[in-house]
Amino acid sequence: MEAVYLTFVFVLAIFLGFELISKVPSTLHTPLMSASNAISGITLIGALASLKTDSPGFTAFLGTLAVTFATINVVGGYAVTNRMLEMFKKKDQGDSK
Amino acid sequence: MNLGALGINFAYVGSAALFIFGLKMLSSPATARKGNLFSALGMLLAIVVTLLASGLDYKWIIFGIAIGGSIGLFAAYKVEMTSMPEMVALFNGFGGISSVLLAWGEYHQNPEMSPFLGAIAFLSAFIGGVTFTGSMVAFGKLSGKISQQAVVFKGQHLINGAILAGAIGSAAIFCAVPGSWVGYLFFVLIVLIALGFGVTSVIPIGGADMPVVISLLNSYSGLAACAAGFVISNNILIVAGALVGASGIILTKIMCKAMNRSLANVLFSGFGTTTAGAAAGDGGPQGEIRPASAEDVYYILEAADSVAFVPGYGLAVAQAQHVVRELGDLLEENDTEVFYAIHPVAGRMPGHMNVLLAEANVPYDQLVEMDDINPRMDSIDVCVVIGANDVVNPAALDDENSPIYGMPIIETHRAKTVIVLKRSMNPGFAGIQNALFFADNARMYFGDAKESIQALVAEFKSSD
Repeated sequence: MEAVYLTFVFVLAIFLGFELISKVPSTLHTPLMSASNAISGITLIGALASLKTDSPGFTAFLGTLAVTFATINVVGGYAVTNRMLEMFKKKDQGDSK
Repeated sequence: MNLGALGINFAYVGSAALFIFGLKMLSSPATARKGNLFSALGMLLAIVVTLLASGLDYKWIIFGIAIGGSIGLFAAYKVEMTSMPEMVALFNGFGGISSVLLAWGEYHQNPEMSPFLGAIAFLSAFIGGVTFTGSMVAFGKLSGKISQQAVVFKGQHLINGAILAGAIGSAAIFCAVPGSWVGYLFFVLIVLIALGFGVTSVIPIGGADMPVVISLLNSYSGLAACAAGFVISNNILIVAGALVGASGIILTKIMCKAMNRSLANVLFSGFGTTTAGAAAGDGGPQGEIRPASAEDVYYILEAADSVAFVPGYGLAVAQAQHVVRELGDLLEENDTEVFYAIHPVAGRMPGHMNVLLAEANVPYDQLVEMDDINPRMDSIDVCVVIGANDVVNPAALDDENSPIYGMPIIETHRAKTVIVLKRSMNPGFAGIQNALFFADNARMYFGDAKESIQALVAEFKSSD
């Protein structure tokens, strides 16, 4: 039953994703990619939960590696997206004459 | 489900809502930055509540977060805007490898998996592995560490097909006996096959097709996270992974459409190597080219009422975005209407040119999409093509034998005058000669894009 429920969530999320992303203008496609990269760092949540005090040594090793890579994704992804979006200005803002 | 787990799952619902809200705000440049912050807040919420669960081994968590966080921050603030495609490819790869590690860790701890869970664990490991090495190859190509050329060898499709069949076979064995050492062996084999397949499937794809590949890998990294979510029964991984997966698929579709090619064609044909021979055979368009000096170009621009800049990958290579904007400002002071016409596949990733011009402080309301500029092209006085070639090649419209026939282009040849900035007469990536260069209304302005535009800026300044 749980598999059905998870699939249900998955299908709805895919449709929602299509709706949301098709409204993003092409100007913002690069920030969109880096932002979605950061979101795909969500594996961090799974990696954190896998690092239990009673985990076998090899699982802890894999988990620590996963935490490291996913954190690069999350922190780097959000930071670089923010840096890019900061640059998108309208004509009357910023330092343009 | 105890009270703690219930609370954590409720918090995940909040995170998912913040992700969705954040993506929604990305639909306008005015709200996009706030949207990104909402999304980051959602991530922070999910991380914090996960850390509240009991029984976690904090020393390894702190170790991993400290290292990953510092690498991420360092990379994010150091990267040049022109190198953004490499950066995104690299991050994609890290997303993929963490899904592999996650699925592996879970399998190592609970090897008795149902066939359904086994199949999902296979998908997570396989997609994640392909994403990792595929992204590394894309990173290598984009940063010039390995050849941008499409590497095509005989029997490539056969080998890739065999690899894929091998992976599915291994998956079947793994799902049948996941608890035994045989199952474990095959799981490791699947990971290795995936890593190999990432290399062999991306290596035949050439530099100019990278926008499609990056979008696709972006989608894979989301789907791998999604599959990992199924393996550990975690809703938030499924929702976030699906959002990313959908985003990548849409971008892939847009990129393919902008090149008038099917996804299969991009992935399997090794464009550029196969077509170069055919195009060279018929000689291509001939005629006289009209070179122009900086002074000639200055007089043309000075007299123009409207100027459209059409940037391509050459702009990024020459790092010319800042001087282009300086020239644009000078033209505006001269009462010329200035805008920037951007083809969807210009550059090496979706939106690449927009980010470069934004970096140079070009206001985003001056960035015009292809479909908006083409209808009024006849009324534009001057188009300045900077480091773009195939995306302005009229053969795409009228030459049925051309390999790019049918691809939508920015129709610069219909403007009153076209100035093409180019290093030399070498054909572009697709190896096709461009009839635009021989057109009566075209002038060729040879040289490095940055130096050429600097010369124009100097002409404008000296005339004041």
